[in-house]
Amino acid sequence: MNILEVEHLKLWDANRNKVIIHNSSFHLKQGSCLAIVGESGSGKSVTCRAIMRLNKAWIRQSGDILFKGENLNHLTEKEMRKRRGKNLCLILQNGMRAFDPSCVVGVHLKETLAEHFGWSKSETEQRMKKAMESVMLKDPLEIMNKYPHQLSGGMLQRVMIALAIVLEPDIIIADEPTTALDTISQYEVVEQFTKLRERWGCSMIFISHDLGVVKKVADDVLVMKDGVIVERGNIHAVFSEAKHEYTNYLVSSRLALSSRFKKIMGEEM
Amino acid sequence: MGSYIVKRLSLTVPLLFIISLLTFVLINLSPLDPAVVVLQAQEIPEITDELIAETRAELGMDKPFIIQYLNWALDCLRLDFGDSYVTGETVWSSIAPAFLNTLKLTFVSSVCIIVLSIALGVICALREGKIADRSIRGISFFLTAMPSYWLASIMIWYFSVKLDLLPTSGMDSYKSYILPVIVITVSYAGIYFRTVRSSMISNLNEDYVLYGRASGLSEKKITMHILRNSLQVAISIFCMAIPIILGSTVVIENVFAWPGLGRLSVKSILSRDFPIIQAYVLILAAAFVAFNTFSDIVNAAMNPKLRKDI
Repeated sequence: MNILEVEHLKLWDANRNKVIIHNSSFHLKQGSCLAIVGESGSGKSVTCRAIMRLNKAWIRQSGDILFKGENLNHLTEKEMRKRRGKNLCLILQNGMRAFDPSCVVGVHLKETLAEHFGWSKSETEQRMKKAMESVMLKDPLEIMNKYPHQLSGGMLQRVMIALAIVLEPDIIIADEPTTALDTISQYEVVEQFTKLRERWGCSMIFISHDLGVVKKVADDVLVMKDGVIVERGNIHAVFSEAKHEYTNYLVSSRLALSSRFKKIMGEEM
Repeated sequence: MGSYIVKRLSLTVPLLFIISLLTFVLINLSPLDPAVVVLQAQEIPEITDELIAETRAELGMDKPFIIQYLNWALDCLRLDFGDSYVTGETVWSSIAPAFLNTLKLTFVSSVCIIVLSIALGVICALREGKIADRSIRGISFFLTAMPSYWLASIMIWYFSVKLDLLPTSGMDSYKSYILPVIVITVSYAGIYFRTVRSSMISNLNEDYVLYGRASGLSEKKITMHILRNSLQVAISIFCMAIPIILGSTVVIENVFAWPGLGRLSVKSILSRDFPIIQAYVLILAAAFVAFNTFSDIVNAAMNPKLRKDI
């Protein structure tokens, strides 16, 4: 069963009269993970924000976005707001900038959970504590009382994942969640994403240009270039026998990089 | 936070020392001999060298420079700024009521400026590029470009002379405040609301706004977060604006015959009443330091990143 179906999505910049996404159609199966890969400016992020209707006012959209059969494009702003966070949860690339810099991290968590569940401060703390411990964050209460600049990018990324765990959304949209992190934090965050899928079985859209990460997390993949989906299918199929030359280029450059790395490591060992 | 305030306050001590020293030195650099000024003010027909020497001793000017400064500075700490050369009364007795009058005008104007700047800045930022934004910016540009004395004269002519609604000058009732406050507000709000506007617009594009929306927070809550972050810049500018307004009321006070510090200072400069000029400069400089410190403390309370940078 498909939890999300996007049909004929078109996005255009009303100010400059320029089409950004021409005609995109894709779907997300219940419990699966769909990766969207492609270079910067290929339209990955803007597509995901269109699903949540979070693009800037001058970026207009048409087409159908069916979430559990309900067309999100036809909802009022108020109804849409109730879906955000609760049903569709976004995880951003830069944890450092995703939280209000003049409030402690806990403020965002409390406000979000009060908005959707009406929980008190102590209930929020209790639930967040459990979720934060499950993503390997030590001293959750202390972290909640810290300002974003006092925490690392990887920690903030995991705070966002912990919030997603508490919200129990139907779909998690992760917009390049590992790009801004160093390799070790990247590994830890990817680990949390795979765990999230194993444990909660939630559906996920995972935007990335790191094919290694994508291979680890996703089931299906969409390859985008200049606002057009050029290739789609099962992740192993796409990686082993890509039809489009752009996908071939992406996969082969990744292979060239990793084979060289393996060679160096092999020689030294 | 407590230690930040203590540290920040302790920084003002050397600053105030330097200011007082500069004030004293600059006034003493004047080619005029204060003793001669005093004797001229007392309308003594024949000023002899003996008389000058006598007056100098009376004023304590025969002592070494550093002793003179120390005596003056210690007296200032007790709010004793000496006696006026012209009237012979204490400086405090003429400067205190004038300072209070200017403070009243500055306070009312500052409140108007801050309220108007924030309101207009927020409206323009939320309607960026739309008609409301463009027309507010256009009108404010036009009004800010007008010299305040000219705007003041036009308003006196129209509202006081032609329509006879408001007093032309003086400080008699609440009505006397209306015209000067409008003139001051118009010339400053037009500048400061732009700061609020641009700071809000840059915050609107921050990731935390996107993440707040994506988490389903209400627009009201998100706007509060944006305001909190954008007002940090505005607050320091407002705090610095208050002493600037305090100092620049000179023009407005002279046009509206407001019995304030600005008028007193011009009068004292013309009659070379050094102790009053000295006290005026010192009070304004101290006001700058006080408001600057205040803005730093408020900003540190709002922005946690600033607290450790001292």
